[in-house]
Amino acid sequence: MERNLVMVAFFAALIAALGLLPKLTLGFGVPITAQSLGIMLCGTVLGARRGAMAVLLFLLLVALGLPLLAGGRGGLGLFVSPSAGYLFGFPLAAAAAGFVMERWRPPSVFLAAFVASVAGGVVVLFVPGVIGMSITLGKSLPEAAMLGLPFVPGDVIKAVVAGWVTAGLARFRPHSLLSRQ
Amino acid sequence: MLSLASPIRTPYHRLPPPLKFAFLCGFTFAIFMTENPLHLAAAFLLVVVLHALPGHRFCLIGLKRLAPIWPFLAVILCWHLATRDYVGGVAVGLRLLAAIALANLVTMTTRLDDLVAVVGRLAAPFERFGVNRRGLGLAVALVVRFTPVLAQKAGCLLESWRGRSPRRPGWRIVLPLAAIALDDADHVAEALRARGGI
Repeated sequence: MERNLVMVAFFAALIAALGLLPKLTLGFGVPITAQSLGIMLCGTVLGARRGAMAVLLFLLLVALGLPLLAGGRGGLGLFVSPSAGYLFGFPLAAAAAGFVMERWRPPSVFLAAFVASVAGGVVVLFVPGVIGMSITLGKSLPEAAMLGLPFVPGDVIKAVVAGWVTAGLARFRPHSLLSRQ
Repeated sequence: MLSLASPIRTPYHRLPPPLKFAFLCGFTFAIFMTENPLHLAAAFLLVVVLHALPGHRFCLIGLKRLAPIWPFLAVILCWHLATRDYVGGVAVGLRLLAAIALANLVTMTTRLDDLVAVVGRLAAPFERFGVNRRGLGLAVALVVRFTPVLAQKAGCLLESWRGRSPRRPGWRIVLPLAAIALDDADHVAEALRARGGI
């Protein structure tokens, strides 16, 4: 019980800490940061349930106004901004990545974690992200999808890193890889 | 302090937080329902007046909090200029600005512990479904406490990387950082258990 709760809290803190790493800004002002890497890691390391809980805890603190999102952003305003769909999609993305990681066990942890991260952090995240932009920007879904596409290559690169990090943790901290227990 | 609350006291600080949340929800719902540019302009004007009432210093802080929105607004306006739907573009822009600015206003004028209390009250009905309110409070406190700790350790990893290599660090420090987070979590969990658990 204690360990689960503390793990969830620490991964929420890890998502926030990753948001502080140096960032690139791509396309039209939406920052490409390590933050969505944190979302993927929550799923691949903690598993579906705990991963989604860590992300929800992180979002709760963002909503409460802590400046935890990349670039020191926070507050309720983000949940009606054009990025809102991505924020609402984050827990789903972590849960999907965790689900794949728990069920599919090929010999290579890297492969499993990479595929899980693409499934959660790229495919599943894309849908609510596009719906959110479509609503807030008043665009049709295909138009919003065009706005979302520039993020996909960056997210695939992050999925590679998430796979590499998860494989490293499986080697160095096998007992802490809760998604595989 | 890790918080976006405004240091300038305003009359809004004294309003009960649940009232502010109810107003924010109603307002946001209403402006996403209407397409009429006049209604949206009125809503935008109301938010501007609410920002201006406590004085110009407060208003400036509020304006600074809107910084992430400008690139989006630029894209929307260019888009609508290209499709010659000027009124529609202005309406979407006004709606976006009004919704985000009012939400920022609530964030700026509500203390963090009041917000946590609101969350606790909202979580209360879910207790019978297994949501542990004390656990939630502890988890919130842990994140607030350990985010700066992890950020500082990430800084140390970056620094020691730069000390040893001319190449840029970046994603390579994520693995040691994740390992540190897992180890620290184990230690904190052990310490909690030793003190009687949750």
